[in-house]
Parts: sequence; structure tokens; C-alpha cells
Amino acid sequence: MPKVTVDGQEIEVPAGATVLQACELAGKEIPRFCYHERLSIAGNCRMCLVEVKPGPPKPQASCALPAADGQEIRTDSEMVKHAREGVMEFLLINHPLDCPICDQGGECDLQDQAMAYGKGRSRYELNKRAVTEKYMGPIVKTIMTRCIHCTRCVRFAEEVAGVEDIGAIGRGENMQITSYLEHAVQSELSGNVVDLCPVGALTSKPYAFEARPWELKKTLGIDVMDAVGTNIQFGARGREVLRVLPRVNDDVNEEWATDKARYAIDGLMRRRLDKPYVRRDGTLQPVSWQDAFQAIADVNAGSSVAAIAGDQVDCETMYAAKALLKSMGSDQLEGRQTGMSYDVTSLDAVRFNTPLADLEHADVVLLIGSNPRHEAPLVNTRIRKAIKRGAKIFAFGAETDLTYKVQWLGDDLAGLSSLPQALADALEGAERPALILGPGALTIDGAHGAALKLADQFKMVREGWNGFNLLHTSAARMGGLMLGYAQAGGIADIVRGKPKLAFFLGADEVDFSQFDSSFKVYVGHHGDAGAHAADVILPAAAYPEKAGTYVNIEGRVQRSAKAVFAPGDAREDWAIFRALSDILGHRLPFDDFDGLRAAMFADVPALADEGLVPYDWAPPKLADSPSGVPSYPIRDYYLTNAICRASETMNRCSAELVHGVDMLEAAE
Amino acid sequence: MSFDFLADKDRIFTNVYGFQDWGLKAAEARGDWDDTKALIERGQDKIIEEMKASGLRGRGGAGFPTGLKWSFMPKESKDGRPSFLVINADESEPGSCKDREILRHDPHKLIEGALIAGFAMRARAAYIYVRGEYIREAEVMEAAIAQAYDAGLIGKNASKSGYDFDVYLHRGAGAYICGEETAMIESLEGKKGQPRLKPPFPAGAGLYGCPTTVNNVESIAVVPTILRRGAAWFSSFGRENNHGTKLYQISGHVERPCVVEEAMSIPFRDLIEKHCGGIRGGWDNLLAVIPGGSSVPLVPAEQIMDAPMDFDGLKAVGSGLGTAAVIVMDRSTDIVQAISRISYFYKHESCGQCTPCREGTGWMWRVMEKLRTGDAEISDIDMLHQVTKQIEGHTICALGDAAAWPIQGLIKHFRPEIERRIHERNGDTPMMEAAE
Repeated sequence: MPKVTVDGQEIEVPAGATVLQACELAGKEIPRFCYHERLSIAGNCRMCLVEVKPGPPKPQASCALPAADGQEIRTDSEMVKHAREGVMEFLLINHPLDCPICDQGGECDLQDQAMAYGKGRSRYELNKRAVTEKYMGPIVKTIMTRCIHCTRCVRFAEEVAGVEDIGAIGRGENMQITSYLEHAVQSELSGNVVDLCPVGALTSKPYAFEARPWELKKTLGIDVMDAVGTNIQFGARGREVLRVLPRVNDDVNEEWATDKARYAIDGLMRRRLDKPYVRRDGTLQPVSWQDAFQAIADVNAGSSVAAIAGDQVDCETMYAAKALLKSMGSDQLEGRQTGMSYDVTSLDAVRFNTPLADLEHADVVLLIGSNPRHEAPLVNTRIRKAIKRGAKIFAFGAETDLTYKVQWLGDDLAGLSSLPQALADALEGAERPALILGPGALTIDGAHGAALKLADQFKMVREGWNGFNLLHTSAARMGGLMLGYAQAGGIADIVRGKPKLAFFLGADEVDFSQFDSSFKVYVGHHGDAGAHAADVILPAAAYPEKAGTYVNIEGRVQRSAKAVFAPGDAREDWAIFRALSDILGHRLPFDDFDGLRAAMFADVPALADEGLVPYDWAPPKLADSPSGVPSYPIRDYYLTNAICRASETMNRCSAELVHGVDMLEAAE
Repeated sequence: MSFDFLADKDRIFTNVYGFQDWGLKAAEARGDWDDTKALIERGQDKIIEEMKASGLRGRGGAGFPTGLKWSFMPKESKDGRPSFLVINADESEPGSCKDREILRHDPHKLIEGALIAGFAMRARAAYIYVRGEYIREAEVMEAAIAQAYDAGLIGKNASKSGYDFDVYLHRGAGAYICGEETAMIESLEGKKGQPRLKPPFPAGAGLYGCPTTVNNVESIAVVPTILRRGAAWFSSFGRENNHGTKLYQISGHVERPCVVEEAMSIPFRDLIEKHCGGIRGGWDNLLAVIPGGSSVPLVPAEQIMDAPMDFDGLKAVGSGLGTAAVIVMDRSTDIVQAISRISYFYKHESCGQCTPCREGTGWMWRVMEKLRTGDAEISDIDMLHQVTKQIEGHTICALGDAAAWPIQGLIKHFRPEIERRIHERNGDTPMMEAAE
């Protein structure tokens, strides 16, 4: 632990810390542009210069200098002040003075630091540099004249996203950051460069000129586009969520968010169900809430009722439906819409047991029928970090580009029964082996059992380490499983029971033809497949419009807050069930949201505490000889749910990035 | 006291003008590859000791003691990483043209030096990074390396010493910055030539993350001769701390520009009179000299005339020896335009990585252009000086310093000339008269 002095204050810093970190520990603010905690050190902006003794008689870049015992660091000397002013002046000579029309305004590092560390006036009277815009896709808008060449975006693309689509060309003052051939950046994480950009060079295309940061009401939420449970912040003005930003949570998403998490929200204003509908004479007709409820009551279902949960619903919604069904005498609940029927007798055998933050320390990772790049991009970034630490990656499944090198072991899961020697040796010698069983593999009988057997054989579950992981793609999945939304035979069991009345909670991926004989009630927010098939539509709230509890793949209980009101006559889901229960004559025992939560916690105590749900490792014995080729269920990453499908941005991304439509040409 | 000029018997580069063949046979006749095995058998420590004792300072410009630099290399590889020697033949400093003479006329001196230096620092291989524009030079070098391989002088069991050593030639693409050692390493790795942050220094993590030493061509090429003739011989030339012989490259307004090997510390006047036939138009016509390649500050005539041409002697007149590329300018020179042209060069060659150099070199050049035409204010001179100070010492590599120093030298020594132009252009009455 080196001891250093910062502005006369002696502090002890962790070994390996940089001078910049030492200064921060001492409570000194060090201005910076290129330095970012989660990226490699570039040291090129020169804004973080400090005076360090012993050392050469010139200021040092604190971000790149290791803190060493006995260093005397000054952040307040005349030399440092001049250095900062000088660098700031250089940065500003070619930076346009277009702050009033710049989307970064109000959250611009350059603006803030120019105020704090600049000289206040420029001596540069020559022409400023102008740089042509670079096309980077439907998400990132570029105004490259504003670029200060910090290369954060380049480093992010290369190091975190794993695509080499952004780089610098040219030299000196002609250096330009570009996407080379000006194709869209081929990454599910490209939106993060907008946050990383310290100036307004890379801004958000869908959010361009929408709002100023100080106009937005910020609400803390949880993302439901995948099952990782990315911590996000809704920025809303009036009734509209205008943008989503990631929040820092090192255990879950670090400080990244996927493009879907950020930009699917424009789908919240399109194709919304904002009034109740009842199917009459074959067409859906708008009715009052009263009439819609009455239509459901008229079914007289008795106890012949089922509920199918969609991928994005919160635990409270599922609990309210469950409570209603229970009071009607039914426990026909299922959340695996597409018909999966893996064994759920032990919840730890169906979750992502390795905490995401620990996954970066895995030394061997085996992917079984999983494409984490699409199923959970932020799990993929963790795997990339593990590789950086030396991990080896093996995979069963069809070969695909995961942004890193994988040893592909064939696409037939029969290979799990007779492991290739290379894999067996690697697992044998591994200290922290992990396997990830993807949703593709879960549709193949025996894959789950074979994976459990592997975990047992190679002791993937050991003291302080559990390397057995299932990768779900649905944000509602773990919560649903905890609440009992799973039948032994999956949705087929429900179909076999031929329920008179079936509730679909935002479920759009179901094969509705199976429910031809049921009276289908769709409780959800978008006019998608579920609404089209429904006999009654009850308009509900989407995720920013209600408070909710979500459990991510790891089994981490997280809560999201309500940012805006649902549009039109739409209501929060739990309230719909509460009101409906009156009409059906099975009044639910809670009158407000807190009452509902209390009842839910009583039912499933694990949901009461935020954080990882503890389970004992007690895997079931299952059939373990799979055969067959798993297919990755996500064919179009950008259009996986009703909100995405309604989103203009996501449709653009899909057209351009998945289907290769050239937007640049189309625009001309 | 007259200076003892270097006698022909003491020249290291005996084929610097290419009067003889560059090939192996001719090189051997000149003394190269003469029992190289015996030199290697002295052992690593002895060789490094000898180099330290010789007082050889790096010939690439910075003047860091070569033997000391080698001693920073790890004595053994703790993790299996090999060590590398990188030879900097990216001679791009305006005014410099010594390495090309070695490359094309005496390549075997360099290859033999590479083997011995590589052995001394326990390197697995040497990479010779040749400037992209040196096409013929690279061809000769390539052929010489092939000759050395064929003769068993390098490669497996190099020169029968039992040491395996490879020499590779890599051609640059014509970027000045790739002459900076860490940018050179980046470029060798196939990346954009941009200097790295130090620490880590190349001796710890250089080429492909392995311990690496980067040396100038001349520093390496003199090694075999130093070892053969002894450190005492080499250090008998030049003043204390500035020993040895040196290839000087004199260009500009002298009667006969040339590259010549001379003893260190030779007075400027002697160097010019003896080897260059004097200043064009006589010594009274001398305006200023840039004594070490474009990146060092210029020295006005009266200060340079009797200065000893070595590291310390030129430092004393506010400049530096650099690569000993002596650019002589007589009174016909538009000194402001000359420095402005140098500024343009640095603006053009800045890699663009770090802020002060990227933004500052362009600014400086544009202000220099204003000063050249006189279309400026007097205060612009002071502002320009401050800008050079804001760049100097604030950058990742030394290119920022190199861009700042020539301008600082100009302002220091020729401020009246710059002011005269401004007044002339603006039609001002000179200050003195106005005050009267």
C-alpha cells in the first residue's frame, strides 16, 4: 500500500492505483476526458496533468502514472493550473461554439470543465476545423466537428463491444474518428458510445433535439428487454419517456445498457392499447371497462381458468393474476410461452448461478446452445472480460460471431455425452469452470440433464463458486418461476386442460391456435399478436408506467419505479385484476399496491428482499442424453417483443443491421 | 589551440561514401565480421561494461548512454517472454542523412552490431525499421541480411557462437512519428503509429509486450569497432561526457555539404572549414545554424561559430546536438519562413493522439505564417511563445517539444526581425522614432 501526499494531505492508496485514483481518494477532482474507469488508459487528452515529485520538472498525466510510495502530488499548483488552462485552450480552438444547438448541452464534460478549468476566453482568431459527419447507424448521430479525439468510443468498441468498427484515421489535426466505411456499427451495445462521448460529437439519433437534460424527470427503473435486469433511469417529460440511460451497478450491468434497453422506448408511444376492447361479430370493438369486465364474467368459467405470463411482466402483475386464479380455484399458471418444459423442481438448477460480476473470473466457459451476444449482450461483455483474463471458451451449437474466439465443438448436443478431449482437459484443469445453457438447448430433451451431469462431473459447483448457468431471455422468467408460473409439462399441460377462460399477461409469443376453445383475455399494453387473438383486451401499463419487481437471470430481486402514467384508459395491471375480481365475485384481499406487495411477500418471501435470492444447490436428476441441433431462438435481436416491434428505432436497426438494408442510400 | 581532426585510421565508417562495395566480401576486407565469435565470447556483462566505459551516447538525438540502456534489459526471462532489439532506421528528422549512408554503404556494420548488441541484451531477434522512403537502402539492407544468413553469420548458431539470432527488416510507411521508439513499436506490431504512454518503458514491455530496446542505426553500427579497438580508444575522442566519433551531416549554405565522420566536440568553425569548404559567402555571411536536425532551436552565427559540436557544448548555447544534422543558413535566408516551414512539417507529422500537439502544431504554424507575412500584431509573438510553452512538456512524446523549440529559438534570437516585418506590413513608424 503506497503512501502518497496529495496537496499536503498524506493518504494510503491501494497497490496498483494510479495517481489520478490517489487524487480522487484524497477528495481532489481531476478533470479528464479520455480517462474512463472501464476502458483502457489512453492518456491522450492531457487534461489530468498534475505535478508529481520525484519526477521530471513537467506535469504528468495522472491517469497513466502509477502511484508510488513517497510521491508528492500537487493538483493545485501554478504549474497544474497553467497546464489545464493550456490543454483546455487547445481543445476549444477547434471545438465549435454551437452549444445552444448541441444535444450534449447540460451534460457536456467539455462545457463543465471549460467553466471550471478554462481561461474564460480564447486567443485563437483563425478559422476552426470542420469535419464531415460519419454515418454510424440508426442509433449514433455524429457531429464530428465537435470531436475532441479522446478515443473513448474507439476503445469501447474494441474492448467492450468487441467490434472494430470505430477507429481513427488521419494524422495530426486531420485525425478523424470514423466508422471507416461508414456502415452502421455492428454492435448491440453501440448506444453506449453516446454516453461515453464527453462532448456532443456522438449523440443519440432517436433523441436528437428532443429535450434538455434538466427538463427530464428521472426515475430509477429496471430494463425488461432481456433477462439481465439492467439498471436504468427513465428520463421523462410529461407523459412520455424520452430516453433511457443505464445506471451504474457493478453487479449487473456495470454502466452499460443494450441498444434495445435504450432505444426501444419510442415503441411505448405507438400501437398502444389505450381502451378496453371486446370482440363482437368477429371484430374488436372499444367498450367501457365495465362492459369488458362483464364480458369476462359472462364466461362463467368457474375454476376452468388459466393465466399465461409474457416475457416482460413484473412479479406484482403475475402475483395479482395468480391470486385471482387461486380464489377461483385454479393453479393453471405458465410463463414459458413457446412451449419449453424444462424441469423446475429446483430453482437453482434453472438460474444463472454465477454472479455476473464473478463470471469475468471464470477460466473456462462452455456455451451450450447459447448465443449470449443476442440473448444477453451484457453477459457477453462479461465473457469478453473473462477472456481478457485468460479464459478459454468452448461452445456447442451452430457457429456464429460472438465477438470473440470460440472453440466450436459441433452443433449437435449429442456431443455432450462424449466430450471432446480438449474440452474435458480444459474443464479438468479449470479452477473456475462455468457452463451456460442457452434457451436453444432447453428445447432439446436431455440437454438440461446432461449439463447438470457435466457440472457434477467437473465439480463446477464448489466452495465459493457455482458455474452452472441457465441463460433466460425473458425478464419475467425467474420471477415467474418463483411465483409458480410453470407446469411440469409446460404450456401443453394448460392446453390439455382446455380452460374456459385464459388470461394472457402481455403474452404475445404464444401459439394462440392452441387456445381456440378458450375465452382469451389479453391484459397488456401493445396491439401485437396477443391482442389480435384476444376476445377481450384489457389495456395495461408497460414497464415504465408501473412500479414493479423483477428477478433477473441470477435470481437478483430488483425493483423498478413508475416514471409516467399509462396512456388513455389503460391501468396498472394489478389494479385491473383487483377490479375484475370484484366483478367475478372473488374479491382479492388487497386494496392498494402496498397491500398487494405484502401479500406477495407472504406468498414468496424471497421476493421481499432486494438482492440475490439464496438457494441451496440441490439439482434434480434428469434424463441426460440429448441429441439434436439447438437453434438460437433470437433471429432478430431488435424485434424480440411487442415494444420493440412497435419501435421505429428498433425497426430501423433491424432493417439495417439484421437485414442489411442500406439506410444511407435510402435516405438519399 | 587547433583541433585534432579525426585521422583516417580512426574512422569507423570507412565506406561512408560508397567508394567500395557494400557486400560481404568488401565488408570483411574493411574489418567487419572479423572473429565476431570472440567478441560474443566475452559475455554479456563484459560487453555492456565495455560499452559503458566507451562513453557512447545514443546517436538518435536524445543522447542517452547506450551501455546503460542495454543494462535495463532483463537478465533472464521470468515468464518465457523473449527480448527484442529494434533498430531505428526511420531517419526522418529534416537535415539528417547519416543512417542512409550506413544502410546503403556499410550494412554489414549494422548487422554485426545488431548481433553483438542483441546478444549483450539477450535479445532473440533484431528488427530493423527502415524509413519508407529509403527504397534502395532497404533493398541493400535486405540483400546484406541475406548474405549474412547465407554465411552463417546470423540465424541459428550465429557466427558459430552458439547464439541464435535473427535479423528482420521492416519498412515503414513514411511517417515521421514512427521514429519515436514506442510509435515504432506500435507500427511494427501493425498498428497506427502513435507513441505509447511511458511507463511501462520498452525495456519492460515493448514490442509485443516483450522487453525491447530501441537503438539508432549509428549507435548499433559502431558497436563492433568499439569492442575491437577498446573503450579507451573510443573515449579518447571528444570532451568528457561527449566521447567518440560521430557522423556529422552538414547541409545548407556551405560550399560543400557533406556527411563526415569526425571526432566529437569538433568546433563548428573547424567542421565547416575542413570538410565543407567554408560558409557560402564567408563567415560574415553566416546568419544562423540549426545544429541538430530541425527539432532543436537555431543558434545565431556569433554563438555557434566557436561552439564545440557535442551534446553539452550545444546545450550551453541553448540548442542540442540531436542527430548532428547541421543546417547552415546564410544571410540570404528568410529565417521566419524557414522556421515556419519547419512548423508546417511538425503540423503535418503530428500523430494526432494527444491534445496539445494535435491542436497546437496547427495553431503555431498558422501564426508563423502570419508572422512570415507580417500580417500580425506584436502581441501575437508573445502569444505564440506562450502557445509553445503550453505544448512543450505537456505531450505524450517529444514531438510536441520538437515542434515548440524551433519557434522558441526563433523568437529568442530573431524577435527584432519578426517585429520589423509586422511594422513594415502595417506601415507603422518604428517605436523609437515615434517616442521622440
